[in-house]
Amino acid sequence: MTQDIRPSPPPDPLLKVQNLVVEYAVGGKTIHAVSDVSLEVARGETLGLVGESGCGKSTLGRAVLQLRRAQSGRVLFDGEDLTAMHGDALRKMRQRVQLIFQDPIASLNPRRRIGDIVAEPLVISGVRDPKKREELVREVLGAVGLDPSLVMGRLPHEFSGGQCQRICIARALVLNPEFVICDEPVSALDVSIRAQILNLLEDMKARFGLTLLFIAHDLAVVKAVSDRVAVMYLGRLCEVGPSEQVFAHPAHPYTALLIEAIPVPDPDVRPAESVAVGEPPSPMSPPSGCRFRTRCPRADQRCNDEVPELRELAPRQFAACHHPLIAAG
Amino acid sequence: MTEPALLSVEDVSVDLPTPRGNLRAVDHVDLTVGAGRTLGIVGESGCGKTMLSRAILHLLPKKAKLSGRVMFDGQDLVRLDPERLRKLRGRSLAVVFQDPMTSLNPVLTIGTQLIETLQEHLELDGAAAKRRSAELLAAVGIPAPEQRLTQYPHQLSGGMRQRVAIAIALSCEPKLLIADEPTTALDVTIQAQILDLLAREQRRRHMAMIIITHDLGVVAGRTDEVAVMYAGRVVERAPTPLLFKNMHMPYTQALLAAIPRIDAAPHTPLPAISGRPPDPTRPLQGCSFAPRCRYATGLCHREKPALTPAESPEHRFACFHPILAPAGVGA
Repeated sequence: MTQDIRPSPPPDPLLKVQNLVVEYAVGGKTIHAVSDVSLEVARGETLGLVGESGCGKSTLGRAVLQLRRAQSGRVLFDGEDLTAMHGDALRKMRQRVQLIFQDPIASLNPRRRIGDIVAEPLVISGVRDPKKREELVREVLGAVGLDPSLVMGRLPHEFSGGQCQRICIARALVLNPEFVICDEPVSALDVSIRAQILNLLEDMKARFGLTLLFIAHDLAVVKAVSDRVAVMYLGRLCEVGPSEQVFAHPAHPYTALLIEAIPVPDPDVRPAESVAVGEPPSPMSPPSGCRFRTRCPRADQRCNDEVPELRELAPRQFAACHHPLIAAG
Repeated sequence: MTEPALLSVEDVSVDLPTPRGNLRAVDHVDLTVGAGRTLGIVGESGCGKTMLSRAILHLLPKKAKLSGRVMFDGQDLVRLDPERLRKLRGRSLAVVFQDPMTSLNPVLTIGTQLIETLQEHLELDGAAAKRRSAELLAAVGIPAPEQRLTQYPHQLSGGMRQRVAIAIALSCEPKLLIADEPTTALDVTIQAQILDLLAREQRRRHMAMIIITHDLGVVAGRTDEVAVMYAGRVVERAPTPLLFKNMHMPYTQALLAAIPRIDAAPHTPLPAISGRPPDPTRPLQGCSFAPRCRYATGLCHREKPALTPAESPEHRFACFHPILAPAGVGA
C-alpha cells in the first residue's frame, strides 16, 4: 500500500486546464467534443482520465498539447498559457510535454530503424552531436527494458506490440520531459503484456520524476496507476477525486455505472443484470441540462433544465450532479 | 454431464503454411460442449482460439490443413460436403464475430441481411420474414425495429451493429452459437449489455454457446466451463467455479493475476508475466509456457506435459508442477 502523503489541495499544479471548449465542425454540424472542462494535475501526480469512446478524453489530451486548438479556455503549463503560444515558443514547450499513443505499431514509422526513431526528438530539439544522441538513445532504451545493441538497427515490424510500446515510451522519454500524456497506452495489448507496460510506466514515472495524464476507458487499468481520477461523459467532466475514494464511493451515477459494468474475474460475483441503460447520445446534439440524464436512473426535471456544476461532496472529491450518490459533507 | 455432447472437437490440429515455415495454430485440441451449455475459451492473441473456432465452423483459410474430427449433432463437419455444411452454418451453427462492421455487409440494409438469412434457411415468404426480422431486432433490444430494417450498418453505433449481428445469428434458432470476442470492440457499459443479451437469449432458447475471449473477467460469471489456451493447446480445462477456485496451471494463475483489480489500491505493482508467447513457427520441445514460467524445471523444457485429469475428472491441466493448494491472486 502506498500512503498518500501529498497535502490537499494540490499545492503546485503543473498543468491547469481552465474552462476548455473544443468543437469540431463536421458536415455543417458541430461536435461538442470538450465542453467547459477545468482540471488540474499536480507536479508528480498521475491523473487518470476515463470515459467511453467519443466522450472527448482524447481530444482533451490533444488540446493540452495544442495539437487541436481550443475554441475557448486556457491551458496553463507551469504557469504559461499554451493556448496563446505559437511557433518556436510552442515547440520549445512541447519538449517538456510528450504523448504516447494507443497503437504502438502504427505510431512508429515502418521504414526507419529504432535507433533513428528514438533519436528523432533529439534531432528536432537541436541536439547536434550524433555521439551525444546515441548515448541518450542507448540510455533510454535500456531504461525501458530493451537491449540497445540488439534493437537500434532493427525495424518496427521485427517487434511485438508490447516491445513497440516500449519503443514509443523510450521516444517519449528521450527528451527528459516533465509531463507525459498517455492516450490508451495499453488498450491494444494482451493481458500479460499490459501488466508489463503498466509496471514500466510506474517505474519510469518514479525514475524520471514524471507527471502523467493517463487516458483510458478501462477503469481497473486507470485505478492501477492513478492518484486521482477524472470521469468524462459526452464532453463534460462528471467527477474528479482521489482514485481510492472515487472507486469506493462514487458520487456521480455515471461513475457508478462504469464501475458496475466491469466484468469481475470471479465466478461467485454474479454480473449485475443490465446495469447499463441505453447508449450515449450523439455529441452533435447533447442533451440539455445534465448530459447523462437520458441514461440516468436518478434524472428528473431539474436535470433537464439545469447544467449541474462540479461541487466538492467529500474532501477533494467533486461531482457534477444534482442527485449525487453521496451526500455533501 | 452424461448427456451426449452437442459438439465434440476431437484431436483437432490446424497447420498454416507461412513464408517462415509451418505454423501450428491449433495443436491436438479436444473439447466438448453439451446442449444448452456455455464454454469459454480464453487466451491471448495468437494462442489459436480464433483458429479453433474457424476450424469448428470449417471457415479456415484455403491453405490451412486441418486434422481430427469435429462432431456436431452426430455429423463430422470436417468431412461434410460443402452444400450440407453451408445449410448447417447459419441454421443450427451460428457465429458472432468481434467486429460487427466487417461481418455486416455495408451496402445492404439491415432488413435485407436479416430477411435473406431467414428466407435462405427457414423458407419464409417475404412478409413473414420481414415480420420476423422486426421481432428479432426488438428481441435484441433495438428500439424502433421497423425503421432500423431500412437502415444501413454505418447508420448504427458499434453496440447496435453487434445487436444486429446477434439478431442475424439467432434468427434461425441455432443449436450452437460461437461468439468470437463479441464485445472486445465495444465500450464497457455496452459490453455488459451485449453479454447480458447473449446470456438471456441463450437461456430462453436453450442454445449452447462458445464465448471466445482474452478476458477472464468475461468468462467468470457467464460460462459453465472454461478452456484456457496457450500456444495452440488447451493447457487447462474445468467447470468455471472449479477453475477459479483451484487453478492448477501456472499460466492460468499468471493470467488472472496480471489483470488489474478494481479492489486493489492504486500503484499496486501488477504481477506481470515476463517475456512473451513463443514463436508458433518454431515449436518448443517441452511445455510452451516453460520459458516464462517461474516453476519450470529441466523436465518442462524437455517434455510436453499431457492434459491430465486433476482430483475431479472434469478438471484437466497440462503441467508437471501444478499449483495444488488454492492459491491467492498474486501470492
